Amino acid sequence: MSLVQIERGSHEARAHDAHTLDPRTASPFPAAAKIDLRDTQLRRNVARATDTIQRKRAALVEEKTDWQALRDAGAAIRREALTNLDRYLLEFEERFQAAGGTVHWAANASEANRIVLGILREHEASEVIKIKSMTTAEIGLNDFLARHDVAAYETDLAELILQLGDDQPSHIVVPALHKNRQQVREIFARTMGLPDLTDDPEALTAAARRYLREKFLRVKTAICGGNFLIAETGGLAIVESEGNGRMCLTLPETLIAIVGIEKVIPRFADLEVLLQTLPRSATGERMNPYNSIWSGVVPGDGPKNMHVVLLDNGRTRVLRDAIGRQTLQCIRCGACQNACPVYRQTGGHAYGSVYAGPIGAILTPQLEDMRYAQSLPYASSLCGACYEVCPVKINIPEVLVHLRARVVDRGRRKLASLFDQERAGMMMMAAVFANRSRYEAAQRLARTAQRAVRHGDAWYHWLPGMAGRWTETRDLAPLPQQTFREWWQQRGQP
Amino acid sequence: MHISLFITCYNDTLFPRTGQSVVRVLERLGHTVEFPLEQTCCGQMHFNTGYAREAYPLAKRFVEIFADAEAVCIPSSSCVAMIREYYPALARENGDAAMAAAVDRLLPRLFEFSELLVDRLGVTDVGAYFPHRVTYHASCHGLRSLHLGDKPMQLLRAVGGLELVPLEGLEQCCGFGGTFAVKNADVSAAMLTDKTRAVLNTRAEVCTACDNSCLMHMQGMLHRQFAGVRTLHIAEVLAGTEDAPA
Repeated sequence: MSLVQIERGSHEARAHDAHTLDPRTASPFPAAAKIDLRDTQLRRNVARATDTIQRKRAALVEEKTDWQALRDAGAAIRREALTNLDRYLLEFEERFQAAGGTVHWAANASEANRIVLGILREHEASEVIKIKSMTTAEIGLNDFLARHDVAAYETDLAELILQLGDDQPSHIVVPALHKNRQQVREIFARTMGLPDLTDDPEALTAAARRYLREKFLRVKTAICGGNFLIAETGGLAIVESEGNGRMCLTLPETLIAIVGIEKVIPRFADLEVLLQTLPRSATGERMNPYNSIWSGVVPGDGPKNMHVVLLDNGRTRVLRDAIGRQTLQCIRCGACQNACPVYRQTGGHAYGSVYAGPIGAILTPQLEDMRYAQSLPYASSLCGACYEVCPVKINIPEVLVHLRARVVDRGRRKLASLFDQERAGMMMMAAVFANRSRYEAAQRLARTAQRAVRHGDAWYHWLPGMAGRWTETRDLAPLPQQTFREWWQQRGQP
Repeated sequence: MHISLFITCYNDTLFPRTGQSVVRVLERLGHTVEFPLEQTCCGQMHFNTGYAREAYPLAKRFVEIFADAEAVCIPSSSCVAMIREYYPALARENGDAAMAAAVDRLLPRLFEFSELLVDRLGVTDVGAYFPHRVTYHASCHGLRSLHLGDKPMQLLRAVGGLELVPLEGLEQCCGFGGTFAVKNADVSAAMLTDKTRAVLNTRAEVCTACDNSCLMHMQGMLHRQFAGVRTLHIAEVLAGTEDAPA
């Protein structure tokens, strides 16, 4: 092994460690972000990719004169579904089973994984082909299957890149957007044994196609997620851009879909709205190239065995929170990630969750019952760009602030909070602002303190404690000699 | 018109010249300004950091102090956004029907400074003179909560001697975000680097905005870099006249 390879190996190992996407073990966001901010290649890749998708999206949103009405309609559909989730899920189950499908209910990740394994054992399947699915990433299905000697092959191009590169998704829709084509070439050349492969996009897709075709033709079982479950028709809807999904949905004998319970929509006609807003928001396309809906088993066409695993995994608990529940309206378009100025700097891995960016910052801590990922609601400047682009109008800043309050309220009960610098500061400031004379005394006191440490009007280049994080990269002007209210009182009434 | 000024706690303490400029502009336009001395803070910092419980009494206090104002002028988009977007919910969640009703009555009379001038008072030319090359930064709250649009730019374009240059990436956050700037200081600095790069590319000598919070952030890095750009609240740009320059 050459020195270069050793270095690369150790770098990849380190990067991999830093990027555990398990919110229970991941580093807090600021610490993980600090590492990724130094990765110049990552930042260039993320900026380029998000810029491109945003530009395409903006052009296609522009041409829809009724875009705001579509957002309102999408939000109304999703709200209606969530408000009557029990009814619509049972309706879906009844229709899908009446048409020859099977519906399973999984309370959590391990239940879902065991259900899937049970179905695979029943069909004696030792390998599966997969359509890109965030839900299976959420429950760690691939690792679980590997531990039980089942090989899972990702067939989405980006997921294939990640799987072969032993990497993790960094975006909901474009999971390998942190890789450029030179890096993809390196992964493919190494893992597919193609030393002469070029980084020409056509050559790369051709290599992936050859690699995958053999699996499409051989493997008899497919696993997917689901974009929508249609209660009215018992339909499982999947949209995609590459055709790999269509292959997985039609060639195998057995199809297993793992779908979050929030993905149900009431009526077939609701797709009229959501299939306009989803592709425009997600990939900047007017419609997805492939739109598939299976409403149960069709003799002589497609899989003979169809299973839908309905996954709760914390979602019912999210529904209980009147402000937080709008998070479940999400249709996983990723537009908030592309628009987020924080995500655009760090990429997705720093969030320590398969759900990164603004939606991840509100979804992940709620799925974890606020016990983990407590740094994520703070991973936002509350600029509102996410809310502006959300096709189902999730007020992400409102939820972020609400979850911050939940984080703070959890801390209030702990003794350690008495020694928390931020909390102490906030309590003191609240007391100061509650009363005019205390507030004015604090203004005078700050100026007196300044006189003790400053000469003239020199700016601050260093501050102690938390404020020191400001002066690491920014100066701060000294306090002026006079407050506004002092000036006002001195001036007298006009 | 009789206008009540809510200066905001950080303008009061850190940017008194902004308040003085607001008073100067409004009085020059023939209005009277009052400044209720009981005012302190709207509660935004507490609320946005997760201290909603501490923000509530501050919000209640604000509403009581300004309940009878003919119009309230606030030279800060983010404080206006706090009041408009979250006061009704704060009242509701604390079961405070009296406050909820008072908020409803107050909101139509509450304006950010450029909103007050353009929407309520119907002026874009305030008789200002400011012979400098200026770029305008749209704060996120001004842009997305208040939908200020080009109102501030209308005001700036009417200023004598002022050369207005557009800022690339106008809709991008500067990375301030209140406590975000220290809690996520590294990401904040990365965002600020992009923003100051755009400001420097304009070759402007002054960067203005409707929020001193963003400007304090941008000035923090520009000052550190000896960049030769200063930041000024829009009220200070509008305050100067040919006879008495700002």
